[in-house]
Amino acid sequence: MIMEEKYWKNYQKEIPEDNYYYERSCIRQSFFPGAEKAFLNIMRLELRKDIIDDPDLHTCTGIGYHSDVVPLETTMTIIARLFSLMSEKGYKNFVPSCVTSFGLINEVLETWKHFPEELEKTRLYLQQATGRTFDLPETVTHPSDIIYKFRKELKSRMKYQLLNIKTGEPLKGVEHIGCHYSKVFPHAVVGSMEFPQVLSGIIQEWGGKVIDYPERRHCCGFGFRNYLIQANRGYSLANSRKKFESMAPYNPDFILTNCPGCNMFLDRWQYTIREMEGKTYDKHGNGIPVLTYEELTGLLLGYDPWDLGLQLHAIDVTPLLEKIGISFDPNTKYVGKSGRIIEFISH
Amino acid sequence: MIDYYETLRKDIRFVEGLNACMNCGVCSAICPAAEFFPYDPKKICNILQTKDNQLIEELLSSDYIWYCGQCMSCKTRCPRGNTPGLLISTLRTLSQKLGLFTKSPKGRQQYAIYKTVGESILTKGYCTHAEMIKPELHPEQGQVWEWYHSNLEEIIDRLGGNLNKPGSGALRKISDESIAEVNRIFEVTGGKNFFDTIDQFSQQQAKEMGLETDSEPFSSYFMKIYTEQDDNSNVE
Repeated sequence: MIMEEKYWKNYQKEIPEDNYYYERSCIRQSFFPGAEKAFLNIMRLELRKDIIDDPDLHTCTGIGYHSDVVPLETTMTIIARLFSLMSEKGYKNFVPSCVTSFGLINEVLETWKHFPEELEKTRLYLQQATGRTFDLPETVTHPSDIIYKFRKELKSRMKYQLLNIKTGEPLKGVEHIGCHYSKVFPHAVVGSMEFPQVLSGIIQEWGGKVIDYPERRHCCGFGFRNYLIQANRGYSLANSRKKFESMAPYNPDFILTNCPGCNMFLDRWQYTIREMEGKTYDKHGNGIPVLTYEELTGLLLGYDPWDLGLQLHAIDVTPLLEKIGISFDPNTKYVGKSGRIIEFISH
Repeated sequence: MIDYYETLRKDIRFVEGLNACMNCGVCSAICPAAEFFPYDPKKICNILQTKDNQLIEELLSSDYIWYCGQCMSCKTRCPRGNTPGLLISTLRTLSQKLGLFTKSPKGRQQYAIYKTVGESILTKGYCTHAEMIKPELHPEQGQVWEWYHSNLEEIIDRLGGNLNKPGSGALRKISDESIAEVNRIFEVTGGKNFFDTIDQFSQQQAKEMGLETDSEPFSSYFMKIYTEQDDNSNVE
């Protein structure tokens, strides 16, 4: 036991207590804006943390960089401006909502460590372009790391658990961690690439059971240019399909993700396969509901599923809500900001 | 002939990405692109290790360097610390700088990425924005997306959005000052010049193919490279 604890220490990372500079994700705020809103509410209202949603922030260029239209020097200087804004606002811990951003920022910081002349060049570029200076962040932490860190505190505030309300059995979850969270710099990961705990730890803490399956660590198939270009999208679909085929025999009740892209693909490609082949990966013709970690946390805390934005998922989440015993009002599902119902025409 | 190998070595990602490949094939076994495309990441290491500029020029002009999905699974698993995914980035950068990307169907697709993601960064400050994801170009997004996209402000603002308005919140309008600084960074660091290079070589290629690049929102050249499969992409 003592030896186990000793070795396990090597797989931990420092997750700051407070003082978070939140960087919204281009993908998450486009596809799952309710998840980012929920995260900010959880930090501020449940955990009483200091977190800023800075209106001056912009993209890190991650999607452009990994689809190779943005040069490295440009990306490094854009990230330097993000750090400059953080220093200006008095924060030290950079918290990118996007996993691509998380990986890229770690990549840039590591590059500056190995090639200090690149850091100096970036400082000059930023100064020349904007007159700005910047400090390096003390930590780069993914929001899922923070939820993991405070999983016990959050559990004590939760209204529901990951248990089937009818049988009392743990619900079975598939966790899918974004490649750029875990595969670029394994030391930046809770549990490292070999034993990533960030999502499995919260599923287990909140009563669920984690499914291990052969293609657990396979990429969702985003592939940047392989999704951005319609002609290449078969790559993305085929990779997600490979995962669905591998996980389906274990009858998961839900899929949990920490990457906004993975969340979208694992949801949308199930919809696409259902439309193309009539095939679903559950026994009831619905598909496996896919949740982000913010959405799951919010649901168990008792937040309204439609305020979390679960109506934006292509795979209906209501079978999961019913299993957990979460009450919801179907009449408010399609209500907009003004309070009127926005008609959903199914065809 | 240009000394492609020495040019590539000036990119720090090349220095980081290639140590000494022993050809074990672990990267090929784990690579999602190798599974679905006629692609093998260890071949990238093999060719680069030869330092043969003729072979490297062929690589830069081919579809071969455009299959990788940049998941970086190769980085985690290589026992020698090589990263074919990083080498791919250096090859793609050089291919675009020299205009060789227009010689292959997959390479030509870079124009569509520049026209969508690239222009969005400079005008909106986002790599992607819900307004850009047109349902007619994204059938996989389904009916939910059609509903959301056509009622975007009403729906997103219920969910913590602040669509195209000043202040914080999802898909807020990024201030003119921030956009101006982003643009200035692109000018100073060569990002703007890189976009112009992609644009110029693509205009030339479009002309050679008898297609135009002027129609809005999507030109005939854009739609061809965006939607059409090349002959080799689905083999094996």
